[in-house]
Amino acid sequence: MRRIVLRRLAQIIPLVLAVIVLNFVLIHLAPGSLFDVMTSEQQITDPAMLDQLRHTYGVDQPTGVQLAKYIWSVMRLDLGFSYRQNAPVLDVIMDQLPATLILMLAAIAVALVIGMTAGVLASVRVNTIWDNLISLAAVFFFAAPSFWLGIMMVVLFSVKLGWFPVGGMRTIGVNNGVIGDALDVMHHLVLPATALGLFYAATYARVMRASMLEVFRLDFVRTARAKGLSRARVVLVHVMRNALLPIVTLLGLQLGTILGGSVVIESVFSWPGIGSLLFDSVMSRNFPMVLGVLVLGSLLVAVANAAVDLAYLRLDPRIRAR
Amino acid sequence: MVVSMSKRPVILDIDSLRVSLFTRRGVLPAVDGLSLTVAAGETVAIVGESGCGKSLTALAVMRLLPDPPARVVGGAVRFMGRDLAALSEREMQRVRGKDISMVFQDPMTSLNPVATVGDQLIEAIRWHDKVSRQEARTRAVELLRRVRIPDAERRLNDFPHQMSGGMSQRVMIAMAIACGPKLLIADEPTTALDVTIQAQILELMKELQANSGMGLIIITHDLGVVAETADRVVVMYAGRKVEDAPVEALFERPLHRYTRGLLGATPSANRRRGNRLAEIAGSVPALSELPRGCTFQNRCADASDRCRAEKPALTPLLPGRTAACFAAEEELSRHGIAVGP
Repeated sequence: MRRIVLRRLAQIIPLVLAVIVLNFVLIHLAPGSLFDVMTSEQQITDPAMLDQLRHTYGVDQPTGVQLAKYIWSVMRLDLGFSYRQNAPVLDVIMDQLPATLILMLAAIAVALVIGMTAGVLASVRVNTIWDNLISLAAVFFFAAPSFWLGIMMVVLFSVKLGWFPVGGMRTIGVNNGVIGDALDVMHHLVLPATALGLFYAATYARVMRASMLEVFRLDFVRTARAKGLSRARVVLVHVMRNALLPIVTLLGLQLGTILGGSVVIESVFSWPGIGSLLFDSVMSRNFPMVLGVLVLGSLLVAVANAAVDLAYLRLDPRIRAR
Repeated sequence: MVVSMSKRPVILDIDSLRVSLFTRRGVLPAVDGLSLTVAAGETVAIVGESGCGKSLTALAVMRLLPDPPARVVGGAVRFMGRDLAALSEREMQRVRGKDISMVFQDPMTSLNPVATVGDQLIEAIRWHDKVSRQEARTRAVELLRRVRIPDAERRLNDFPHQMSGGMSQRVMIAMAIACGPKLLIADEPTTALDVTIQAQILELMKELQANSGMGLIIITHDLGVVAETADRVVVMYAGRKVEDAPVEALFERPLHRYTRGLLGATPSANRRRGNRLAEIAGSVPALSELPRGCTFQNRCADASDRCRAEKPALTPLLPGRTAACFAAEEELSRHGIAVGP
């Protein structure tokens, strides 16, 4: 077991390395640089000063050298220096990452709870009006862009009904202590997490339904019924556990896109996560920051994927045997 | 032996059970008016080709018919005097696994692959008997010992995929007898197993039955299994019971022409070399196009005009046995044997 964990973690290293090289090259191919932004904003006009800045940031060196230096510094957990915030990239990201993580986790929770419940319900009531309604809702939430959904939810629940705040993560200028703060954040979290989560809930509902229906046909379900178990227990204990595997696979595959989706939702709800940071950094050609976000993002997804693989081992004993 | 059986109380009484399959092509009579009884401690074998309705009969008793397409459309199933059809689903759940248990054909797929053998056994015990987890565990170990699984305590933590087919079937049997059922239905319990394991499993079931006095229904297409285990045999063909006889009598003198065909198609050790197995020519008619008259007529060498026109009813032809065959009736009267119970 420990060997599997270590091997799985070791696989992350080449992956992250590839991500670094790829993104580094891409960024260098992109037109414009920090200095173009600075001159266009009239911050610097003196060519001699520009040359000196280029030297300070090491941009005058060959690309290969820059890449090697960057990889070396990442290995020492140094993601470089942000000229925009005038602070180390890692510090800035670490400041904003928790907000994104909270949003992502909440969205995943929403997706799993709603999606699996809907899927199980649809499979138990297969080919009834319930099944059809759930399928219809799933198609709707799958087709609706999450930013549009977010805006519509703001219009309905914030503007019309006034149940939830329009945006942001905390109420400004209020201090209610730790618990009050947590409740405040959760209150702010409801709309963005739902807007982001419903899209994934739709896929989970469909996959769960199909997976449940497949398991229902298997022999051991009949054995469970022959033992005298109630329908509810058969469904919840025997069928669901076996139907869960495709969901876990899907979750692992989608973690990256959930991170990407949160970037969009963050801008809709002015959520102070790394999404807005990434967007600002691209606009200001703050490339060390862009690179830093991408590297940390890929690391996050890679680790989460490894965690999913390990969850797989726990869920299905047959995989352990192989 | 037969006589002593009849003195025991009847625990299961299936009375003209009818199960139909509701398909797009129409309503098909999969089990057509089947009656049979099982007494305590008695072993009844239901024999027939695949698709003859024997498994559906068992599932109908358990009220586990796959609906759609199968549904009980007539008759009654009485267990210890209670009409099972009249029970609520809740009450039926208390009968399943507690009073009537079932063992299925393929042990490798009949156990939940993601739960340990122990968990599945303990679940069965605790669902019906309110005992502590610890006590249920002790009982589970005891059960595994009773079905002769070596190293029972450690095996409890195994997953089904870590066991062989024979071991898995032992676990299935342990699970079935966990709450001391009065009736055990085994649906092709040895079909998926190696021949050497088959005999062990059958012997095990007979032994458990001898100790507990439970009734046993063995569903099979294998007459070897019948000969080894059964007290009484019910032969089914195309959804109907065509013969019902004590096992020795049946092997000695099969009455129905189909039973005769079945016996002829069974290999045995004392058959002369080079002597080909007799097969029953033709195939079972589809349920959607059952002929008028006897359902076996198209494969029967002795079929007469009467067989083609009239459906033979189950008739008591010899003491303790019935058959639905005109040819057998005529043959018996030709030999001057009085037809009657």
